[in-house]
Amino acid sequence: MSEILLEIDGKEVKATAGMTILEAAQSVGISIPTLCHHEKLEPFGGCRLCTVEVEVRGRTRLVVSCVYPVEDGLVVRTRTEKVERIRKTILELLLAHAPDSFVLQDLAREYGADRDRYEKEASFCIHCGLCVRYCAEVKKKHAVGFIDRGSKKEICFIPEIAAEECWDCKECFPLCPTEALQAAFVLTLALTSPPPVADKTGS
Amino acid sequence: MSAVMDNERIDQIVAKHDGEPSSLIQVLLEIQSEHHWLPMDVLKRVSQKLQVPMTRIQHIATFYKAFSLVPKGSHEIHICVGTACHVRGAQRVLDMVEDMTGIKPGETDLDLKFSLETVNCLGCCALGPVMEIDGKTHGKMTPAETADVLKNYN
Ligand code: SF4
Ligand code: FES
Ligand code: FES
Repeated sequence: MSEILLEIDGKEVKATAGMTILEAAQSVGISIPTLCHHEKLEPFGGCRLCTVEVEVRGRTRLVVSCVYPVEDGLVVRTRTEKVERIRKTILELLLAHAPDSFVLQDLAREYGADRDRYEKEASFCIHCGLCVRYCAEVKKKHAVGFIDRGSKKEICFIPEIAAEECWDCKECFPLCPTEALQAAFVLTLALTSPPPVADKTGS
Repeated sequence: MSAVMDNERIDQIVAKHDGEPSSLIQVLLEIQSEHHWLPMDVLKRVSQKLQVPMTRIQHIATFYKAFSLVPKGSHEIHICVGTACHVRGAQRVLDMVEDMTGIKPGETDLDLKFSLETVNCLGCCALGPVMEIDGKTHGKMTPAETADVLKNYN
């Protein structure tokens, strides 16, 4: 595989073709904040929190590091003022939806994001898609998906699949940066199927 | 119109698109236009036939406004309430339609004859107020004319 040389925050970094900026940064211990990224999943680029500044031939621009492939001679800056400002705003917007998320609160502290900057519109789910993609890509069960669109978009378990697959898995629970996933799961099962204990005593 | 679409017909539509998963939207559109809505059983069949997971089908069926997951009447009435039609009296046309069909925008009557929807400009403002039924445009509507047009569908 061909080797690529780039610079991240002033450090020379060796990477291989096909890697993303995020992966290259992580390989040398530079951390870039992420919300919708997961090593086992295909690059998604949904939350934009991992935005960084890159310089190619003297021009700087903003790119999403978890999907942007490394290039030879790329100069990356992960913590410029502009980048920090963008991350702060993203966090503030997300906090309007999930004010009690610990993941968001920790990041907010780091970036000086104000939890109350935008009016609360608590919908809890921040549409990172981790649960949906994990279930589809890793478990291949497709038990949970998105319905509707825009601000009304929400996750939804398919009751028939959830009743069979989810009890013994629940691997998506810890991935969720908010509490939306567990709430949706409990609701789906409460509405659609008897708890497994009842099943066992019945059989 | 029957409440369910038979599997044979679904399979035909799927076959027409070579059972390609990437034709999902085309298949759904065809079912929608033929059947006027997408019942859960039909979606399950499509899911099996195209090998596309239900989560994805639901995602798409709820994303596009062209699809309906609840029964729709065989005649779809769209009343324009865009600015031009509004000032030309769209409300009176709408009132008349509501009176005659007994349904409000977003609803379908019990006989599955009419569905009513308001839209925001059909792109022919000079004809306002505009009513569209099954894609056919009726312009310069007065309440009396509205009643006449609707009667033709009874
Ligand atoms: S429920 Fe949680 S994991 Fe799933 S999309 Fe929403 S925020 Fe992400
Ligand atoms: S982590 Fe890169 S866009 Fe979400
Ligand atoms: S406002 Fe009704 S057609 Fe434009």
